[in-house]
Amino acid sequence: MDNELRLTIPAASEFAEQHDKLFHTINLLAIFFTVIVFAGLAFMIIVYRKGSKVNRLRAPSHNSWLEAAWTIPPLVLGLAVFFWSANLFASAYNPPRNAKEIFVIGKQWMWHMQHSNGIRENNELHLPLGEPIKLTMISQDVIHAFYVPEFRMQRMVEPGNYSVMWVTPSKPGKYHLFCNMYCGTQHSEMGGWVYVLPKEEYNRWVASAARPVAAGGIGSKMGGLSLAQQGRALYEKRDCASCHEGSGPSQGRGPSLAKLYGQRRQLQSGQSVVADDAYLRNVLYYPNEYALAGWQQSMPSYKGTLSESDVLAINAYVKTIGVSPVGEVGAPSSDAPAADTTNQQWRYMYGGESYK
Amino acid sequence: MSVSTVDRAISQKEKVRENYLNVAHTVESWLLTTDHKRIAMMYLISISFFFVLGGIFAGLVRLELTSPNGKLLSSETYNKVFSAHGIIMVFLFLVPVIPASIGNFMLPIMIGARDLAFPRLNLLSWYLYMIGGGMILASILFGGVDTGWTFYTPYSSIYANGNVALCLVGVFIAGFSSITTGLNFIVTVHKMRAPGMTWFRMPLFIWALYATSVIIMLGTPVVAITLLLVVIERTLGFGIFSPELGGDPVLFQHMFWFYSHPAVYIMMLPALGVINEIIAANCKKRIFGYEFVAFSSIAIAVFGFIVWGHHMFATSQSMYASMVFSVISFLVAVPSAIKVFNWITTMYKGSVELTSHMLFALGFIGLFTIGGLTGLYLSSIATDLHLTATYFVVAHFHYVMVGGALLGFMSGLHFWWPKMTGKMYNEFWGQLTAILMFVGFNMTFFPQFIAGWLGMPRRYHFYAQEYQVWHVASSLGASVLGIAFILPAIYLTHSLIAGKQASANPWNAVGLEWTIPSPPTTFNFPENDLPVVTWEAYEYYKEQHGHGHSDELEVGAFEWRESEEASV
Repeated sequence: MDNELRLTIPAASEFAEQHDKLFHTINLLAIFFTVIVFAGLAFMIIVYRKGSKVNRLRAPSHNSWLEAAWTIPPLVLGLAVFFWSANLFASAYNPPRNAKEIFVIGKQWMWHMQHSNGIRENNELHLPLGEPIKLTMISQDVIHAFYVPEFRMQRMVEPGNYSVMWVTPSKPGKYHLFCNMYCGTQHSEMGGWVYVLPKEEYNRWVASAARPVAAGGIGSKMGGLSLAQQGRALYEKRDCASCHEGSGPSQGRGPSLAKLYGQRRQLQSGQSVVADDAYLRNVLYYPNEYALAGWQQSMPSYKGTLSESDVLAINAYVKTIGVSPVGEVGAPSSDAPAADTTNQQWRYMYGGESYK
Repeated sequence: MSVSTVDRAISQKEKVRENYLNVAHTVESWLLTTDHKRIAMMYLISISFFFVLGGIFAGLVRLELTSPNGKLLSSETYNKVFSAHGIIMVFLFLVPVIPASIGNFMLPIMIGARDLAFPRLNLLSWYLYMIGGGMILASILFGGVDTGWTFYTPYSSIYANGNVALCLVGVFIAGFSSITTGLNFIVTVHKMRAPGMTWFRMPLFIWALYATSVIIMLGTPVVAITLLLVVIERTLGFGIFSPELGGDPVLFQHMFWFYSHPAVYIMMLPALGVINEIIAANCKKRIFGYEFVAFSSIAIAVFGFIVWGHHMFATSQSMYASMVFSVISFLVAVPSAIKVFNWITTMYKGSVELTSHMLFALGFIGLFTIGGLTGLYLSSIATDLHLTATYFVVAHFHYVMVGGALLGFMSGLHFWWPKMTGKMYNEFWGQLTAILMFVGFNMTFFPQFIAGWLGMPRRYHFYAQEYQVWHVASSLGASVLGIAFILPAIYLTHSLIAGKQASANPWNAVGLEWTIPSPPTTFNFPENDLPVVTWEAYEYYKEQHGHGHSDELEVGAFEWRESEEASV
């Protein structure tokens, strides 16, 4: 049992450190105004209690200067806090270009992480210290939220839409990962641990992450492949190349995917969209809605065939077509053991483990 | 002439006098009544029933959370229990509590009308409330609902088991009871004020009810439609919110909070209005800065409609949209601060009497201040990214909605209880309850701020052990709070049976409701003798105005008033 009284938790990201300054400033403001109100009430009650012998002559009924005196300072202070906070939020909204991208899939009731180097984890996330991390997240069912209190940061993970959150971990340690959007029966068991490791330790973890590969899923065949390589295997398995830039009988039925990522695409619906992560996903699931202008739409929908996890892998590969070769050998990879959603999950998340 | 002699003389008269309570005793005379006072009493009883039910569910939640791996309930049951607590308390208690009970009773009397504009519509609203409440109750008792009171899609529309559709239809119908009450209030305030009762002579409670009614009329239809859309998606499979079916899950949050944020002000504004009456009556002074207080209600009502996006800072809502919602949320702090400071200043040179209703009102100001100031952490986007959906938010909205609406209600109930029932309750127990409730409330919810700051997510059945100490503290506080709720059930019921007869004006307050007997007669004022208002609201500093029914009033109670008159 760890019932020691704690009033603080570590600030483990650069945002968290900034956040805490703002938080404690608002604390001071809140305490200041609470004291004023409570002291004011106490003073009035004591001095002007019924029957006290004090001067009650010419009690004022209104005073515009006084109204201004308690309207303007709260307004100014409020706006000051707003600008500070909005500024900090803006800096935490768009990830830097050099951020290391990790894909996160939420589903009832577990988290699945896919690193670009092919490592997959369930309910655990290993991060290197001091490097900006971009988490691109999507849900397979209901809305979840990815929340790490020590990062002072959370983001809803929605079905059908990638949401992005980024952090720069600044303090090594082991931190709670919570789902913070109510998602059904085992909501309180949807979580695990985030490990922030110093660079060398992180590299050692990457090298040793080749744990036994779980049976089933694409992982069973793909231990040792990077995410893009896993994607290429799926790409080949689904024969995508035969239409897109391949040399088979259907050659030329679909547009080339070379250097597609980030391009502007003109759709048959008249819309013009940027080929971002969401576009790459939606085009696989809803090809009719995203039919490309100038092409006969004949692509089948892969909804039901490809999971969100497969889509992320394929698109990791698609982004490399015409840009950089994927290479044959990537970092070691593994599928982490499946999350135990029966009776061990509580022990894993909360029990036995002393909180650091 | 001593006060008690007058009281005794009046109580002799009261025994034979006909009033709205003893005019008929049959069940039909209640169930088919169109008297706003009887309907208000029926509301009071049914709302109290649902409050007790919601309170039991709250107690179960607090009991279960004393252990980090809760042993009493399964996760499924726990989720149903906290959902039942939220749904009952929000839709069946907090939203209707003050307008439908105290407001229904007092609004016509305070503006000098003989009833609401549409008495039959008023009765219909009670039936709608009971039908909606009955459906919600049935959905909870037979199968349960585990979506939380927010019904977020696509969980509620596709994935959740249980009677979600029945429950949503119940909320939909209960919503119409709010709408009919709001409509009735608006028309009544516009058309049925007594001669001379101008807008700026109305008590501030009426301003607050008016602002509330406007919000109800504008907001409730939106949530009604939204919930109906969830029912349609759930039962017929039309894709509206589920991305599987081509819908947008975040659209639901926009539509839901477009009502449910203003709903906070539906709960708060009537309470703020009540507090004005109590403070004026217990300081024997006009509310300081009447116009500022009146317009701050309107400002809160207007701003309240354009801040809903602050519930969604953690979604993929655009950065600039979040900033706009954030800055407007900060602006809401200003009218709230205006109210609090004006109340404090009202006490200046007043004659402050710490009656039970005044203690409830002071408790209200305390909780409202803490609840309002903790709103700053949440309207600030950067801190909200950490705190949203944690126990910090749970504590914040309990401070505002419960601390506010509930203590406002208790305050108003104790203030107008003699008028509504004709009986006096035991003042000592009232004062004790007010203090216990304030202390118990803070003991329950302050630890939750700390747990939330430490990252404790809300709606968690199991949780990490380092949070246990805060949960245990909170549950201890909840038991104190529980006692504070049992007490009034006892002494208020006791007052009905054995309480002293109340005089027409037991608190020496001004306002039309104190010029008629307690309890009032069926149509409040005689048809041929409606009051003619020639005075401002809260005229405590001049000689008591007299008209047809005020000869029972005890006047000139304050020695300081004479000296003031002399000095003028």
